[in-house]
Amino acid sequence: MHMADALISPIVGGAMWATTAGLASYAAKKVQRDIDEQKVPLMGVLGAFVFAAQMINFTIPGTGSSGHLGGGILLAILLGPHAAFLTIASILTVQALFFADGGLLALGCNIFNMGFLPCYIAYPLIYKPLTGSNPSQRRIMFGSIVASVIGLQLGAFGVVLETLFSGISELPFSTFVLLMQPIHFAIGLAEGLITAAVIGFVYQEAPHILKKAVLNQPLGATPIKKVLIVLFVLALFTGGTLSWFASTNPDGLEWSIFATSGEEEVQAADEVHGFFAQLQEKIAFLPDYNFKQPTPSDQPLIAKTESSKEAAWPSVDTGTSVAGISGSFITLVLAYFIAKGLQVAAKR
Amino acid sequence: MIKLESNWLDLRRLDDLANQKTFIHCLDPCTKLFTTLAFVMIVTSFSKYEITSLIPLTFYPIALMALGNLPYNHLLKRLVVIAPFVVFVGLFNPIFDQSPVANLGPLVISGGWISFISITIKLILTVTSALILVATTGINSICAALFRIGIPKPIVIQILFMYRYLHVLLEEFLITSQAYSLRSFHSSGIHYKAWGSLLGQLLLRTMARAQRIYQAMLCRGFDGEIRLLAMGMRTKRDNIYFVFWLAFFLFCRFLNIPQVLGKLLLEGF
Amino acid sequence: MSHHTIDLTEVLYTYPDGTTALRNLSLHIGHGEAVAIVGSNGSGKTTLLSHLNGVLFPSSGIVNIGGYPVTKQTLTQIRRTVGMVFQNPDDQLFMPTVYDDVAFGPLNLGLPPIDVEKRVTAALKTVGALELRNRPPYRLSGGQKRAVAIATVLAMEPAILVMDEPTAALDPLARRQLINLLRTFTHTKIIATHDLDMVLDLCERTIILCNGTILMDGPTIDIFHDKKLLDQAGLEQPSSMQSCPICSKLG
Repeated sequence: MHMADALISPIVGGAMWATTAGLASYAAKKVQRDIDEQKVPLMGVLGAFVFAAQMINFTIPGTGSSGHLGGGILLAILLGPHAAFLTIASILTVQALFFADGGLLALGCNIFNMGFLPCYIAYPLIYKPLTGSNPSQRRIMFGSIVASVIGLQLGAFGVVLETLFSGISELPFSTFVLLMQPIHFAIGLAEGLITAAVIGFVYQEAPHILKKAVLNQPLGATPIKKVLIVLFVLALFTGGTLSWFASTNPDGLEWSIFATSGEEEVQAADEVHGFFAQLQEKIAFLPDYNFKQPTPSDQPLIAKTESSKEAAWPSVDTGTSVAGISGSFITLVLAYFIAKGLQVAAKR
Repeated sequence: MIKLESNWLDLRRLDDLANQKTFIHCLDPCTKLFTTLAFVMIVTSFSKYEITSLIPLTFYPIALMALGNLPYNHLLKRLVVIAPFVVFVGLFNPIFDQSPVANLGPLVISGGWISFISITIKLILTVTSALILVATTGINSICAALFRIGIPKPIVIQILFMYRYLHVLLEEFLITSQAYSLRSFHSSGIHYKAWGSLLGQLLLRTMARAQRIYQAMLCRGFDGEIRLLAMGMRTKRDNIYFVFWLAFFLFCRFLNIPQVLGKLLLEGF
Repeated sequence: MSHHTIDLTEVLYTYPDGTTALRNLSLHIGHGEAVAIVGSNGSGKTTLLSHLNGVLFPSSGIVNIGGYPVTKQTLTQIRRTVGMVFQNPDDQLFMPTVYDDVAFGPLNLGLPPIDVEKRVTAALKTVGALELRNRPPYRLSGGQKRAVAIATVLAMEPAILVMDEPTAALDPLARRQLINLLRTFTHTKIIATHDLDMVLDLCERTIILCNGTILMDGPTIDIFHDKKLLDQAGLEQPSSMQSCPICSKLG
């Protein structure tokens, strides 16, 4: 379920990076303030545990397919949300670097989807209320299944939104959601069952670990939760609005926002848009990124508001594309030979 | 189980590559980190219908693989493993975006295909650049760089610790799962009856290990604070390296080099 | 010099799950002694070692190191005095490189960078692992890991060296090298082990533990000649002392 660099825009990636960075330093402060220094090695080793355990195949009875451990809920149960969040962030970072799972720009998205959502939403808002303060084995298992499923559903929805706001994929909102959510329901169920099986085992063999974990978590009173929810909404909002301008091709969801939002808001968006256009011309960081002339049938509303810059693609003629293709070929050949030369030079 | 083993070998392979001493390896880790981030930002900032302008950027990974003495096949293998999800999502583009945007003689190309190809190129560029970063820098130096640019210490320590014990646990898990599969005669996965006990045992062992590590730390004066040694220095060479690539990236971003080259070529004839 | 002595008086330890691992155990170890702690699995060896530097505190009784009781207040001083080499070097080598790992302790002591550097280099040189300094721990062989683990402790410059199964999982050559290395140390040494041949090589005194009490405490040679006693403790004479089965058949 890793979000990939190739599918996101720098603005969505950047916004999610900023959100995640904020969350991570918040979590780091929390963990640091936690007097329990024992957590330093515990977090490290449990991170390695989840990382390695994710590679073990678990046969799903009756299907012939296999499931994997998710890890988010398991870590939150054992470590509490803050330490679990940091642990997942470290796992995803190493995965992004060594296995190119996701990618560097998408790392923010991935940590949010697979770290924040299970640790700070599914765990405190689903698992905790379901299990209560003096949990039985049954309730723990039930809670971990439900929390895993919901956590993954949220994560999958995060992927959908981030992809959508990036505007690189053409998948319409409804199709994407219909693809992602059911698949991840099945995956989440498997993850939940595996998590429940592990937790069930630990409950029987070493109940003190779970009891200690419950006691050890001064999961902040409501203010922290409120802060987090505000952060969450803010993230969605900034990610959403910024990407609005980044996306050249609004589809399903954005249209539905359009339909429900009043005229004034569109007006406001226009002003912001103008500001961004000016800003971009000044710093020329992402010129023409969001000013591609859309095809008229596609989105008349946006088209009106677009600054009518010269658009490169829709009006391409044969001559230019031939030039482009042959030029690309030459460039590749050139790159190859220069690299070969460098290699020879480097070996000397 | 094959997955466990092959991933572990991959990890060790990248580690080996990072241990070389080429010009690229000797650069300051911060420099390489920032260069990589700049590259990824530039690549992803291209509009989704861009193909030709992206091509010159392939020079960056190709040059680094040459200078850093990295084998092409290893990085490409990783790429093949990663590709399916992105290609799957990308393949919807030709279905949903059929507006004709270009024609090559009788062949009409839709916007969807253009953007699909663009996604694929971006995938190749971003994946290789991340792998190159780690294969020329190594996790320890990357963490030192992260610490230097102000990432909170608990996060850096966490990554280092996690990575350290990943090697130990991968080996342990591999042995456990081999022991399991030697005594089970059905499929390659873990039977549901053993889900909890197999993973649970490993979890308990892991937690006991954490306890022992903690004691070992205490025995050497651990007081809740891990002191990291300063590492790496930014030199003139690093600045030149960074400025060179940044200039190159921006040049590629704002000038469609293949288009210009192609035009020159066509005009020549 | 009372600094390097160890005194245990009526030490009793019960684990949280109710198992009693040490039963009113008393012993004295003097300066510069090399003492082996032997006994079958579960006899309390590791628990005993854990008391020597405050990893565990006795449920009742007193542990004295160099004249100071081991308490939460004296812990820092005690841990400087007593260096502990753990059974599994992977538990002890947690830092990203060998150098970082050996420097971990000295940095915690608050030493200035130059002194840290000196100590790390000296410790690695002593165990013959200086050329490994930039390697990550997972890239070391079993013997190298053990050597580096000992270096991490030496860098703290302890007066007393406590080792848990130092020769476990070593190949014969690495084991021999380790024994030769340990022989050069003048520290007070306490070694818990099943490797009785090594004990014969290194320790003049042996303590046999059985069910959390001292079954026998005396000169190694005497103890290893007492087959009945060894049997009782679930041990076996070191192979170098057993008469050679091939030769005895010939004879």
